[in-house]
This record gives sequence, C-alpha cells and structure tokens, in this order.
Amino acid sequence: MSHTRESAVRGEVVLDIRDLKVAFATGDTAKAAVKGLDLQLKAGEVVALVGESGSGKSVTSLSTMGLLPPNAIVSGSVEVTGHQVIGLPEERMRKLRATEIAMVFQEPMTALNPVLTVEQQLTEGLETHNIAYGAAARDRAVKLLERVGIPDAAKRIKQYPHQFSGGQRQRIVIAMALTCEPKVIIADEPTTALDVTVQADVLDLLRELKDDLGVGILLITHNMGVVADMADRVSVMFMGDLVEEGTVQDILYRPQHPYTQALLAAVPRLTDVALTHDDEAGRLEAERVAAAAAADRDVVLSAKNIAIDYKVKSGTFRAAEGVSFDVAAGETTALVGESGSGKSTVAKAVLGLLPTAEGELRVQGRDLARLKGREAKEARRAIGVVFQDPAASLDPRFPIGDCIMEPMVVHKVGSKADRVARAKELLAAVKLPADVLNRYPHELSGGQKQRVGIARALVLDPTVLIADEPTSALDVSVQATVLAMLKEIQADFGFACLFVSHDLAVVDHLADNVVVMKRGQVVEQGPTERVLHFPQEDYTKELLAAAPVPDPDAQKVRREARHRLLGLGAS
Amino acid sequence: MNTQDTPDAAAASVAAVEDAQLAAKQDSLSQGRLVWGRFIRHKPAMISAAVLAVLIVVSMTSIGIFGIKGWWPYDYKTTSVSINGGVPSAQHWFGQEDIGRDYFALVMSGTQVSLIVAFLVGISGTIIGTVLGALAGYYRGWVDAIIMRIADVFFVIPLLLIAAIVSKIGSGAIQSPWFLGIMLGVVSWAGLARLVRAQVLTLREREYVEAARAMGASSWRIILKHLIPNCIGTILVNATLATAAAVLLETSLSYLGFGVQPPDSSLGLLISNYQNSFTTRPWLFWWPGLIILTIALAVNFIGDGLRDAFDPRQSGRMKKRNLAAAALLGIRPVAVPTAAERAEEAVGNRPPSSSGGGVEPAVGAVEAAQEDRKDEEGKR
Repeated sequence: MSHTRESAVRGEVVLDIRDLKVAFATGDTAKAAVKGLDLQLKAGEVVALVGESGSGKSVTSLSTMGLLPPNAIVSGSVEVTGHQVIGLPEERMRKLRATEIAMVFQEPMTALNPVLTVEQQLTEGLETHNIAYGAAARDRAVKLLERVGIPDAAKRIKQYPHQFSGGQRQRIVIAMALTCEPKVIIADEPTTALDVTVQADVLDLLRELKDDLGVGILLITHNMGVVADMADRVSVMFMGDLVEEGTVQDILYRPQHPYTQALLAAVPRLTDVALTHDDEAGRLEAERVAAAAAADRDVVLSAKNIAIDYKVKSGTFRAAEGVSFDVAAGETTALVGESGSGKSTVAKAVLGLLPTAEGELRVQGRDLARLKGREAKEARRAIGVVFQDPAASLDPRFPIGDCIMEPMVVHKVGSKADRVARAKELLAAVKLPADVLNRYPHELSGGQKQRVGIARALVLDPTVLIADEPTSALDVSVQATVLAMLKEIQADFGFACLFVSHDLAVVDHLADNVVVMKRGQVVEQGPTERVLHFPQEDYTKELLAAAPVPDPDAQKVRREARHRLLGLGAS
Repeated sequence: MNTQDTPDAAAASVAAVEDAQLAAKQDSLSQGRLVWGRFIRHKPAMISAAVLAVLIVVSMTSIGIFGIKGWWPYDYKTTSVSINGGVPSAQHWFGQEDIGRDYFALVMSGTQVSLIVAFLVGISGTIIGTVLGALAGYYRGWVDAIIMRIADVFFVIPLLLIAAIVSKIGSGAIQSPWFLGIMLGVVSWAGLARLVRAQVLTLREREYVEAARAMGASSWRIILKHLIPNCIGTILVNATLATAAAVLLETSLSYLGFGVQPPDSSLGLLISNYQNSFTTRPWLFWWPGLIILTIALAVNFIGDGLRDAFDPRQSGRMKKRNLAAAALLGIRPVAVPTAAERAEEAVGNRPPSSSGGGVEPAVGAVEAAQEDRKDEEGKR
C-alpha cells in the first residue's frame, strides 16, 4: 500500500452498486432486506439514500463495508473504486476499509472507544495500513483534527472522548473516517443523535470536506431537511425496493412515486419564519395577551418559578431554574430545547418523579411531589404520560391489553369486564384492531406501540397528558399519523397536554404555547405563532435557523441566513 | 424482484403497511411461548430432560417413597447372603455390597436423596437470591449495601466450609435431606442475587418501570410484576446451573461425612463408603458415580438449552440455515471463499474481482459455502 495516492478524479464513479440483493435468515424463514438496488456515487458528490425503518438503507451501507452479519445472504455487485466487495475475503476487505471506503456512524459516543485517547484512535488506522507511524502519524492526526475544526488540536489530541462535546465527538469520528484518505464515505445517519445547532455545523463540515477532498459521500438518512441541505442526488427506498431516484430538485419538488409524495407530505414544515426583528411581533404579542386574559381558561397545570435539583456526588446540580408556565384544559404547551436544556427534567417533576427545590408546581391545585401515600396515588390518576421510546415503555411480558389496563388495576378501577371494554374503546380511539388486546409488544411496530402508549396514558381519563418526545423515535410518516391522532384525541378528551420536544416543526403544528429552554433556563416563551414565527431572542432564532427544511433552494437561503446570524452573533 | 410483497400505491406508507401486517397476523405468541418453542427444539436439552425424567421416575417408583412400596423386590436396609460375591446379575441388577444389601435399592435411595437435596437447593437458593437481588437492585442505597455485603461474606468463605458447618449444626437437630437441602440453599444464593441485582439495576431505568411508577404502582407491584418476570431468563438458567452444582456439593459433603447420615443414603455417601472396594468390587463405585455424572450433565444441558432459548443470538447456529433460506428466496448467495479457494486463487493468479459483477464468483461461492459448512460441522 503506497501512501502517495492520487485523489479521485471528480466525476469518476467511486461506488457502483448493481442489483444488490440482501436477505437475512431468521429462524426457519428468510426475510429480504434489499430487493435489487442500483446506485452510483461519483467523486465529489453526495448521494442521499432515503427511507424509513425497514427500507434496507442501513443494510445497504453495511453491504458496501462488508460488515453484514453472518446470517446475511448477498447477491449482486458492489464495486468500491473498482474493487468488487461482495464475496471478498475478510483480509482483503480490511485493506479496502479506511483506505478506499470509510464510515461515519450515527452515535459518536459509541463509535469512539472511551478508554483510548483520541490520538490512539486516529493513528490506529494510519499504522494498521502502513501509512505513517509514531510522530509522523501523530502530526497527520493533529492536522486532521484541525481540519475538522477542533480548536487547540495539538493539546486536545491527548484527551479522551468523554472530554469532548457531542458535536466535537462526531467531528472526531469524521476525522477518523478521513485518516487514510478514502474515496467513499458512508455516513449513516451522521447527525441524527445531535442537536439541531450542532447538526448544522457538522453538515457544514461534511459539505466542506466533500468540496475540498473530492470524496463521494453516501448519506444515509431519514431526515428530508438534511437531504435538501446536503444531497446532489437522492435515491428513495421503501421496504427493500428502490422506488425513485433523481436529482435533489426532482425528488423534493417533483416526486413521482406515491411513496415519495406521501413521505414528503408527512414531513412537518416550519415556514414563514421571520429571523430578523419585526414590529409585527409586538403587535401579535399584545393581541395574544389580551386574548388570553379575556378567554376563560381552565388552568389545570401551573408552574411558578420552579427549580429542580439533581443529587450528584458533590452536592446538588440545578437542572432547571425559574421555570413558569401554565396549561389549560384542551391546550397544548410545548417545552422546547436541545439536550441538557432541562425540558425532560421539568416533565419528570410534573409527573411527580422528581421533587421541586423551589417554587410551586400544581396539578389541579395540588403539589404532587409534596403529597404522600394515598393522596399522591390519587393525584397521579389525573396525569397520563407517553414516553419517548415505544420499545422500552411497554413491558415485553405483558400482553397489550394488560399494558393498557394496568393503570386501572393499580387504581382498582372497574371490574375485569369494564377494564376490557375501556381498553377496547381506547384501542379504537388510536385506530388499532381490538384483537391487539391479546398480542405482545414485540409483535407491534414502533408507531403501533406508541399508539398503545397513548391509549394507556388515557385509560383513566387524565386531566393532564405529558408527552415526552413521543415521536422522536418514529419514522416521519408514522410520526405524522401519531401526531394527527394525538390532536384528534385531545379534541375528544379535552385534556391539557405538556409536550416535550426538540423538533420545532412538530411543535409549530401541535402547540398553543411554547417555552424555549436552554441550560435549565427559560429563554423565551409565549404563544406558538409569536415565538416560532417572530422570535425575539437570538437563541430561538438560532434554533429556528439551524433546523433544515426539505426544500433545497429555501434551505440554501436559510443556510446563508444562519451563517449571517452566527456572524452577527459573534460580533 | 417485484414480488407479491411490493406494496401497491394505496399502501405506500410505512404506517399503512405495518397496520396491514398486523391485521393479517394470525397466531400470537407470548415471549414465554417463543422461548418454549426454541427450548423444545434444543436436542441436548430435550434428551437430558428425558434422561432426568426417567431417572426421577425410576428412583421414586423402584423402592418407593414416603413409605409407599415400589416395584423393586429388595429393600436397601435388609442384609442377605451375597450371591457370587455380589457381582451384578439378573437378580441384583447393580450387584450387592459387602454385607449383602441389594445395591440397586441402595443407589436408588441415594439418587432420591441426592435429587431432593439438589432441587431443594436450586429452589430455595433461587427464591432467596431473586428476592434479595431484586430488593437490592430496586431500592439501591443502604438496602443494597447491606444485602450485597452479606452476599460478599458468602463469597469470600468457601461454600464447602459454610455448608459443612451448617450441616454439622443441622445434623445434631434433624438428620434429613430436606433440612440439608434448605440449609445449602440458604448459603448458596449470593451468585444469583448479584446477577439479578445487576439486571434489575438496568431494568429499573426502563420507561415501562417509570410508567408504572408514574401511574402510582406500589414498589412491590413493580418488583413482582415488572422486574422479576423480566429477569426470568437469568433466574431460570442460573437455577438449573445451581441445581447441577448442588448435586456435586451434596456429593462432596456426604463424601466428607458432613452430609446425609446413615441409615439414610446418598450418592456421595455410597462412594465414600465403598471407595476401598474400588479394586475388588468396582461396581460399588461406578454405579453411584455414573448417576452423579448423569444428573449433573443432564441438568447442565437443560440449563444450556434454556440459555439458548432465552437468548437465541448466543447460539452460533445461524449460518447453517442460510442455504435453505437462500433457496427459499431464489437468491444465489455469494459467500466468502474458503481457505482452499483462496490458496488456489493465489497460485492460479485468478483475478481478485471479476468484473462480471457477482455472477461468476457466485457459482463457485455456493460450493465454497457448502465446503465451509462441512468444515465447520466437522470441527464441531
């Protein structure tokens, strides 16, 4: 392996997938995951492979890396810079990895080894591929770190992954992928685990690298905004089939296949955002305040200046402070923020799982965390909760019926027959067949489980529903179904909803009021229309500007607007 | 490959496809049923279960139990004249020992005792370990500290020593296998408690536990309904392995004279009593020895089968099915070439990748895959 390698000629095909079929043997049957995929990736180009879960997009990326599990059956052809990968012996495949094709994983924390320094992880590839050793390898690694935008690289290279932030870790993962100057980079959901503002930075970096180094990037994602932001061409997969391919403009503006059309229709969009200061905002605000005061609101949940502490080894850590809001029956208030903003902490306090350190938190006039024994149990009847991860929120050993009826059992409500009748009623409300009652969670998909979660939350007819990122683990089209269902059910049941989310577009569709949080503090709050369309605070504007929209031209404008905004913020 | 499972335009959304799949589903299997299905396909475990069942039935019915008389004509306590020096015969299947007692009756009585002790240890140790482990994992803090320090005590002192002391105390009071079994169970729960605690520590952070807490469920309900049932795999597997270990522990104790006391008998006691006859009357050693081996092996295999059934990913038997599965889908698999083929490739200078695109390598690869499979089976 020589290390004076010519970089790929722009326009040369570096990844050529023809009629790729992959199936998995499970038990006594086989399940087809990819059913004949054709895809070409040229140097200096980004091809987005788009699809929802079960579409086979991740299986495709694993096939190109030769990383499929032993029960996979593969046929067809995958050529990486002219080398046939399918059927290639492991030793040969190892030589191709990193030098010809490299991968950027979704979760930077698990992609990096926590017990090795960044230097060790960056030089590992150089040394195994005989490209550089010792000091030479370290110098190259430092240059790479500088290249991906880690400040003070020479010093920080001695540090361990946990000493970097999430976005920096993903930059390091990208640097690792670049160590041996590959011609193809497979980026498998590279920004899904990151906050929007960090996501925008990482996407900027990937775009820069593509232009400077002329690598071909196969971007695997479910996020249409990311596609609009990054891709030159798009391939859409559905249930293992390639349903549509074309330029990003073709696919996003003129989708032909009904699946693509439905997918794009399901993406929540946040439009008409005024990122520059506008007098309109003041007028709207005043109008709203007047309207809110005039309306006869039945406030069921109110927080006044609450603070919440976490116990840590060295005393306490204040996770939220000075948070105030109220939610009336039939209304939805959204808590919005990035990770570490304290939004979920507040939701937990409302649930009574965490005590408040200061301030007043009242559900129907009662402070949940201060109640004891039977009173606390009674008060909890009034609160339903839907959790983020549908896979973890249902006990795998309980049939669906038992899951839904559990709150009734705990609170000793109704007879067996009453409970079953109520469960059936709620299953109908979330549009699941009644015979699901006797099925087990593992037989249901994520979206279906989340609908069961909603049914369970509503079984005792709560006055408050807390939804903690209820759709962030779901596919776009499934998310649309669940959100529409939630809205419909709220209209029927009339509960107050506290909706925790990081997705501003979803919030825009669902919420009446928004509370934007950052590091445990409230940055901005008010009616949704005012906060999300005429934001006053820089942080809110930054959040709004960072979320990519599924429209390549508009996204380009937004991207530039964001760069201007950040430039202004710095000065 | 536009086969029947390609959706039509109407069902072109994941949610719609999923709902259709759900509606089309006929049978519904609980996790327990799925595990059971995998367990009964596990051949070694099934054979072991059958052997163990036969052993239990024969030992119980032959000489009888709880004063009920069995079908075997001899009693293990009555002495008589030894026929032909006590060599196994049609009359005395396992022969006779030095004072002419029927050895089959003795061994069966010993088997009964050993099995009773083993199962009692398995059951009592499992119950104590599960409950204490679950409490420690759920409550954490000082409850956890106290329970785990007690467990540490049982870990640092050799089990044999504790068992010897406990059974010595016990033998003064009640000399029964039942007592011995429970006492051994009381000292051998620490390992399981640690495992259950570790699993409960992770399970208690799951959202379904949080959901139960948020709806106001009591701690007992959460532990009994949500946490312990989800540890059942660990618990069952560990219980069988503890039972197998208990057979050996009881044998060692009885051999050392701390276990079951005469006139009751156990397999370890029989070996201990007749170790000197090994050269003159080897059957007096072999029969109880073989039965100990059989019980320990059978219970261990059942444990293996349970582990594979609860965690099918661990049983590396997936590759075997690939060819059948490939045929089912009409896919010609491309496998990694065998060592032989690689050598041939190197010698014959065959191009590393044929530009024909997977068709050519695929043909050789099917044979290669078959060879690979044969190799692997040979190794097994």
